[in-house]
Amino acid sequence: MAFELPKLPYALDALEPHISKKTLEFHYGKHHQGYVTKLNGLIPGSPFENADLEEIIKKSEGGIFNNGAQVWNHTFYFFQLSGSPKTAPEGALKSAIERDFGSLESFKEKFSNAAATLFGSGWAWLVKNADGKLEIIQTANAGNPLREGKTPLLTCDVWEHAYYLDKQNLRPTYIEEFWRVLDWGVVESRF
Amino acid sequence: MKNIELQKTISDMSFIQPELKYDYTALEPYIDARTMEIHYTKHHAGYTNNLNKAIEGTELDGKTIEEVLSVVSKFPAAVRNNAGGFYNHNLYWEVMQPGGSSEPKGELADAINSAFGSLDAFKDVFSKAAATRFGSGWAWLIKDGNELKVESTPNQDNPLMDVSDVKGTPILGIDVWEHAYYLNYQNRRPEYIEAFWKVINWDEVDRRFKG
Ligand SMILES: [Fe+2]
Ligand SMILES: [Fe+2]
Repeated sequence: MAFELPKLPYALDALEPHISKKTLEFHYGKHHQGYVTKLNGLIPGSPFENADLEEIIKKSEGGIFNNGAQVWNHTFYFFQLSGSPKTAPEGALKSAIERDFGSLESFKEKFSNAAATLFGSGWAWLVKNADGKLEIIQTANAGNPLREGKTPLLTCDVWEHAYYLDKQNLRPTYIEEFWRVLDWGVVESRF
Repeated sequence: MKNIELQKTISDMSFIQPELKYDYTALEPYIDARTMEIHYTKHHAGYTNNLNKAIEGTELDGKTIEEVLSVVSKFPAAVRNNAGGFYNHNLYWEVMQPGGSSEPKGELADAINSAFGSLDAFKDVFSKAAATRFGSGWAWLIKDGNELKVESTPNQDNPLMDVSDVKGTPILGIDVWEHAYYLNYQNRRPEYIEAFWKVINWDEVDRRFKG
């Protein structure tokens, strides 16, 4: 069964001025779509013909892993963004962040640093470990925390394609803009 | 193309970003001026600055870039990443030229023909290596002893590094980080690779082949 590009829950210009319509046209319309198309081309005749994305992420290698994980990662990334986001976490997530990082501000600083310092292409993540503790991790290229048994809660794409049209080499400026469109309501529901 | 800002913060022993031998506009329409300017003044200059910071006060201070690359495994990742970024971009600007590509000649042409069958066959192999490097990195034509081979490496690694699986002397390289082409080609990396073939300085590749 072929994978499909999920429809975004907002218009391509909904994240402006923080993330431009042009960036989303390419990032969602070309990159995300491209990973879906390539994955569908690689699946037939492979051991993953009946697998879902999570199984592909946990068990595959090479092109199937790269494209499968990138489909999942981008869906996860785009669906946590909003033009009218909930700007801070509440309740149990808020408590967990304060317990493990001291404060929301301290968490954001550490996460931003992880996103800014990942060398090359990849992702920064907030994850929940099996013991319930929250952690910030980086993964290279298509890497995904599910592979290490961690539950992703939030992610920032730091492939250059995520920000180069808007900010060029200024990745930290993109990360600041990212916080302005991150919908904490979605992160709460994942927690 | 001046680096006044860079000059004043570094000691005599530091690495200096070489000046470009052509204008930012010189490789248009294949590589646009805005990409050239940001790539040279931000990315490459950044690697140069960060390399100097990473080696300052260490035993690497005063070593050649080739010497630094050969021992990166013994130092923090900042040395590997920035020494690679410095060296790789130096090579990249030099193997390109305005006014159209020259042709490989003499021993280099013979070596390409014997390794790959023909110049076009070599270009196909190299283009494929560049297109299929997943994430950020470089594709290389490498001289390994008397052999020529094509390989790619991730991020800012290169075949002179002790950490690299791929070994030898790079004589031609293409940057396939998205910053090298995104403003002009966005997701269409293969179009950028096609354009690269229009601006090759084969005399410089030959110089490195003989060196
Ligand atoms: Fe992306
Ligand atoms: Fe570059």
